[in-house]
Amino acid sequence: MDIIVCIKQVPGSTDIKIDPATNTLIRDSADAVINPFDAHAVEAGVALKEQYGGSVKVLSMGPPQASEAIKQAISVGVDEGFLISDKEFAGADTLATSYTLSAAVRKMASYDLIICGKQTLDGDTGQVGPEMANHLGIPCTTFIRKIVEVKDGFMKAERLIEEGYEIVEFPLPAVISVVKELNEPRMPSIRGLMAAKKAEVPVWTAQDIEADKERIGLSGSPTWVVKTFTPVREKNNVIFEGEPEKQVSDLVARLRDEGIV
Amino acid sequence: MGIKITKKCIGCGVCVDVCPYSAIMIIEGMAVVEGHCTLCGACAEACLEQAIIIDRPAVKPVAEQDKDQWRGVWVFVETHGTDTSPVSYELLGEGRKLADRLKTDLSAIVLGDGSYKTDDLFARGADKVYSAAHPYLADLDTEICSLALLECINRYKPEIVLAGATSFGRTVMPKVAATLETGLTADCTGLDIDKEKGLLLQTRPTFGGNLMATIVCPDRRPQMATVRPHVFKQPEINGSSQGEKIDVQLAGNLTSRISLLDRVVELVAGEKLEDADIIVAGGRGLGSTEGFEHVKELARLLKGAVGASRAVVDEGWVPYSHQVGQTGKTVCPKLYIACGISGAIQHLAGMQTSDRIVAINRDPDAPIFDVADYGIVGDVKEVLPLLISSLKKEFGQA
Ligand SMILES: Cc1cc2nc3c(=O)[nH]c(=O)nc-3n(C[C@H](O)[C@H](O)[C@H](O)COP(=O)(O)OP(=O)(O)OC[C@H]3O[C@@H](n4cnc5c(N)ncnc54)[C@H](O)[C@@H]3O)c2cc1C
Ligand SMILES: Cc1cc2nc3c(=O)[nH]c(=O)nc-3n(C[C@H](O)[C@H](O)[C@H](O)COP(=O)(O)OP(=O)(O)OC[C@H]3O[C@@H](n4cnc5c(N)ncnc54)[C@H](O)[C@@H]3O)c2cc1C
Ligand code: SF4
Ligand code: SF4
Repeated sequence: MDIIVCIKQVPGSTDIKIDPATNTLIRDSADAVINPFDAHAVEAGVALKEQYGGSVKVLSMGPPQASEAIKQAISVGVDEGFLISDKEFAGADTLATSYTLSAAVRKMASYDLIICGKQTLDGDTGQVGPEMANHLGIPCTTFIRKIVEVKDGFMKAERLIEEGYEIVEFPLPAVISVVKELNEPRMPSIRGLMAAKKAEVPVWTAQDIEADKERIGLSGSPTWVVKTFTPVREKNNVIFEGEPEKQVSDLVARLRDEGIV
Repeated sequence: MGIKITKKCIGCGVCVDVCPYSAIMIIEGMAVVEGHCTLCGACAEACLEQAIIIDRPAVKPVAEQDKDQWRGVWVFVETHGTDTSPVSYELLGEGRKLADRLKTDLSAIVLGDGSYKTDDLFARGADKVYSAAHPYLADLDTEICSLALLECINRYKPEIVLAGATSFGRTVMPKVAATLETGLTADCTGLDIDKEKGLLLQTRPTFGGNLMATIVCPDRRPQMATVRPHVFKQPEINGSSQGEKIDVQLAGNLTSRISLLDRVVELVAGEKLEDADIIVAGGRGLGSTEGFEHVKELARLLKGAVGASRAVVDEGWVPYSHQVGQTGKTVCPKLYIACGISGAIQHLAGMQTSDRIVAINRDPDAPIFDVADYGIVGDVKEVLPLLISSLKKEFGQA
């Protein structure tokens, strides 16, 4: 089974904080990490390869630094990775991003499965996986929490929905997007770290993947971010005082007076 | 094309602080942008001197698309048999306002096997209802519904299409948007119409709720968005209203490559978290599965649903379907009682728009108190039994 995992490098998760004085984002460090959901996608790819044989490759679109994320993936068992990087790609929305990734996928040899994360930590849309499947003309199932089996060219899997989950079956090749419940990402092995250190990550430009210039970067992005701002939280809160009994009865009185209970 | 720093720059460094990608620096008193800038626009918005210019090419319309031919606001109504997903009503309420501002019609689009009663949708504000009935549409198959929605959009050309940001909407809408090669804004919490150009202004949280972004889709149609459930209020029911019903005969081939083998319902306390008026949520402060029983008991007493922080789900005290937060569910009940939850930003992202928030935590500095309306500083294991018995007295059950 030949697998492609799509990973995005995002600003380090826990670093994102609000400066209360200026109400802006502050970062403790400029760390960039593999998008947390994508670490689960990588784990799923490596585990499937271990079970069914074949290969697992990662693909990332991003600045040159994103090759670090690819190397991290190699350290946990991915065979090789490719970086799609070009100034022309900057400003891509999900339509342009999914188009660009699908152009790169077309360039790669045959594949059976493409694994994406459920969503990213920064853009946070969860749209790239399903949109990419559409560009490639293959099925997509989202929010996969368990892969039951792969047999005779079909995958059976559990998909999270609001009230529980669905069990679905679909033919490969397909795109899936995965949630955290799927697995626990492993730590790199010594061998993996060595492989990552040695790995050369090929960089593909817009020309290399034969991308249509009008469908990438800003030119290929119908959506524009016109404004960004930090949310304001304003609350007049009441902290009750006195013995626990008194606090509880004050609370119940308030809720009763407001007609909530 | 790209980002430029003009001479107006005074080197104040505001842009450096706001850039989420650390892609801008001050060198010799001027801002300098590095190669890994994503053109996200945060710096240009923040710069008080308006020294940063991001210019963008107009995006070519798809094959001779005439924008003026696309009229009307559509709400995709997500039906489950004869039931309506609450977010669809919320969207009709919000869609009504948008349609009025644009002086156009509000339409509901319904896909199903025909058993669904559409009259209700007029009472919630729709001028028209497009109804496509087919036995294959009964199961909410994402591929078949995408094909059907696509056909309807191409035939009737709405300028705006809204759907709930549910597991269904977040799968179907990207498929449809990608085929139409138009823009899609994810998980919006605010919608408005821009006065000058009549564009849909779509505001959504990113970076786990730390940064809000307003997004437009100026050059392509339709403008599409998924909207977070429970953010908008359901509209009042207007008993007398009537409208036009259009039965859509689908011509296309409705096939799916995905087979649904089973659908399993997995919630502990009967009610769906997203639809509950009252949610009692517990965190690691409960200490154990036994401690968590207090939360379940209080939820039962209030006829509410049980929520949980991720820490509790990781501990295995309740299944993931109860998790509230950035990587769990977004809820907006009338009352949210947070018990032994610290209030990490990722948790707040899923519940801070609740009408009333009560926090019970022994740490007076816990961030949950920043969003709470009412707070009790104390030990949950002591406070919860007191609260339960006090409410029982209130309800005349003790
Ligand atoms: C503040 C802000 C708001 C935005 N809002 C929107 C919006 O509403 N609509 C829109 O169309 N665009 C939006 N964008 C642009 C969007 O973030 C980019 O298109 C981005 O390249 C991909 O989207 P995402 O981060 O949401 O990915 P998601 O769709 O959340 O990613 C899902 C999965 O796709 C894969 N993937 C995503 N990006 C890459 C990549 N670069 N390389 C490899 N694999 C990848 C990963 O497996 C990932 O887990 C926004 C950007 C910003 C900064
Ligand atoms: C990418 C990412 C995504 C995440 N997504 C989510 C998400 O969707 N939802 C989510 O909830 N979390 C999420 N998290 C985790 C989040 O950061 C927190 O770790 C988590 O919410 C903490 O849960 P908690 O409040 O139950 O536990 P803790 O942070 O351990 O807090 C326990 C609280 O209980 C109080 N306490 C302890 N004992 C008592 C007592 N006897 N009586 C009263 N109070 C007591 C303590 O003072 C403390 O405030 C995410 C994290 C990351 C990095
Ligand atoms: S915020 Fe504006 S003025 Fe200040 S350094 Fe940045 S570009 Fe220059
Ligand atoms: S556009 Fe965004 S990524 Fe680029 S420098 Fe400005 S804030 Fe940073």
